Amino acid sequence: MFAYALRSLVLGLLVLVAVAFIAFSMFRFVGDPVANMVGQEATLQDRQELSERLGLNDPWPVQFVRFMGNAARGEFGVSYRQGRKVSDLIQERLPATVELAVLSAIFSTVFGVMLGIYAAIHRTGFVSNTIMTLSLVGVSLPTFLIGIGLIYVFAVELRMLPSFGRGDVVKIGWWSTGLLTESGLKSLVMPVLTLGFFQLTLIMRLVRSEMLEAMRTDYVRFARARGISERSIQMRHALRNTLVPVVTIAGLQLGSVIAFAIVTETVFQWPGLGSLFVNAVQFADVPVMAAYLMFVASVFVIVSLVVDLLYFVIDPRLRSQSRLGKAH
Amino acid sequence: MSTLSSSPQPEQQESRWHRFYDSDLVYAFRHSPVAILSALLSLFMIGGALVGPYFVPQDPFDPAALNLMDGMTKPGVPNEFTNNMFLFGTDPQGRDMLSAVVYGTRVSLLVGAASVLFSMVFGVLLGLIAGYYGGKVESIVMRVADVQLSFPAILIALLVFGVARGVIPPAQQESATLFLLIIAIGLSNWAQYARTVRGSTLIEKDREYVQAARVSGRSGLAIMALHILPNVMGPITVIATINLALAIIEEATLSFLGVGMPPTQPSLGTLIRIGQQFLFSGEWWILLFPALTLIVLALAINLLGDWLRDALNPKLR
Repeated sequence: MFAYALRSLVLGLLVLVAVAFIAFSMFRFVGDPVANMVGQEATLQDRQELSERLGLNDPWPVQFVRFMGNAARGEFGVSYRQGRKVSDLIQERLPATVELAVLSAIFSTVFGVMLGIYAAIHRTGFVSNTIMTLSLVGVSLPTFLIGIGLIYVFAVELRMLPSFGRGDVVKIGWWSTGLLTESGLKSLVMPVLTLGFFQLTLIMRLVRSEMLEAMRTDYVRFARARGISERSIQMRHALRNTLVPVVTIAGLQLGSVIAFAIVTETVFQWPGLGSLFVNAVQFADVPVMAAYLMFVASVFVIVSLVVDLLYFVIDPRLRSQSRLGKAH
Repeated sequence: MSTLSSSPQPEQQESRWHRFYDSDLVYAFRHSPVAILSALLSLFMIGGALVGPYFVPQDPFDPAALNLMDGMTKPGVPNEFTNNMFLFGTDPQGRDMLSAVVYGTRVSLLVGAASVLFSMVFGVLLGLIAGYYGGKVESIVMRVADVQLSFPAILIALLVFGVARGVIPPAQQESATLFLLIIAIGLSNWAQYARTVRGSTLIEKDREYVQAARVSGRSGLAIMALHILPNVMGPITVIATINLALAIIEEATLSFLGVGMPPTQPSLGTLIRIGQQFLFSGEWWILLFPALTLIVLALAINLLGDWLRDALNPKLR
């Protein structure tokens, strides 16, 4: 198991270096960092001095290594547009996105698994047919339209929930949380539903099809022959074997959670990383774009590492294999 | 004999038509109400986008055609000043929403179709080369495809867009947006084609007809283009259909985020972005009609692609 974890770790680090290289090339090819920092009246000599001081005259491998060193410490320089340190901007906006993403992941996993089990057990009922049809519609609905629809119903017509922003937040150290105030919680409802909906339909369909497949296997038939109750077969035998693909997909889908978070944050004017990134794209603000790219890549690597390790917890076959030294 | 020989031409035509009519695919199509409905809807929307501009009341983006007095007319109700009727209503500038939606659908479909074509050509080419030649080329292409597939398409498109914003001079940006969108969306979707084509090429290249072509001295390029390509196109059409719906949604999302089509040449996404501003003041029709069009368009193409996948896959029948 140790060798396996190490292998995933090395692969992840390779991905990070590759993404860092892309981010680094953006700095080199998009815009001129010196022109972005000096004023209109700077002389040619001023410019040369500045680019010497910034190390822009060094050979590019040296610059790349320096860039990676800075990136590892979370330093990406100063935003071209806002004139503030990118690390400060990220730190300020991180809590909003993390709270949104984690809550919607919990929401979609819990309800997705429950609805999926229900639709698999009652294959042909009216309720499961309705759920399945709705999920198909949900897959083809663009995220931002779901958000706008929710705003129309709950903010414009019913006036129950706020239509934008985070509401009142409480500061705990540098972390700002919306979970402790009433308006903060109210503001979370619609963004979480919007962001979680696509995930929910996906997880639900996956759980359903995996469950149906598991119910046809020999061990389930055997369990039935042994007189084990139907509930116990479903929950203890079939469900457990559906968990491996569900965990894989749910983990890999975290990427799309981040992507849809960009859209959701724009719809609800949520002050998170996604809206920061969209603004950066509009104004070609390279330091912010590079920092966001590195952030997303790190999340990916960490999540896929966790997913890889979770396999060992969920699937006993992998454990015995690695003990025999046959893992790879 | 002479009576028989006089009529082979029409008979053959008829039997060809019959063969087409009775083929598995058409049979499956005739017996699937969902497929017929979604095909009709898709055809209606695509046809409307193609010829619609000749039928709609005005060119919504010609300022001379707009009358401010017509502004904010409710759908289907005569305007209080000018007494003009608008089926879908008008926006504050007096722009007929039906015309705007038709023009917007046109832009959305154009960007969608062109980007699908772009990613298809790009992906199929790379997949063929990777599968046929193998070795280092294959492992590099497939590694890149893996990384690309694990990153969400919208993020890649946004990055491509952001980089282009920095590289292209501001004066040309608005006119370049259409091409930028096509390239950005195209580049974010090629990996699926490459993977599928590589898989089928690996199987096809060891078949006897490919060996025969190789023995008879055809070049690698000719074998790939003329022999292998036609045999791997089946799954590609399915992916392309489903990707068309995805590309249209992706374009709408980018435009909604404000990094896509400008308001001077709006797609459905831009229209929704504009319409959202009127949601709170009660002018629901400025938002509703572009949104409904987008939903119906994406859903119809999606259902058609779903059906096509099931119909071409004998395992599921």
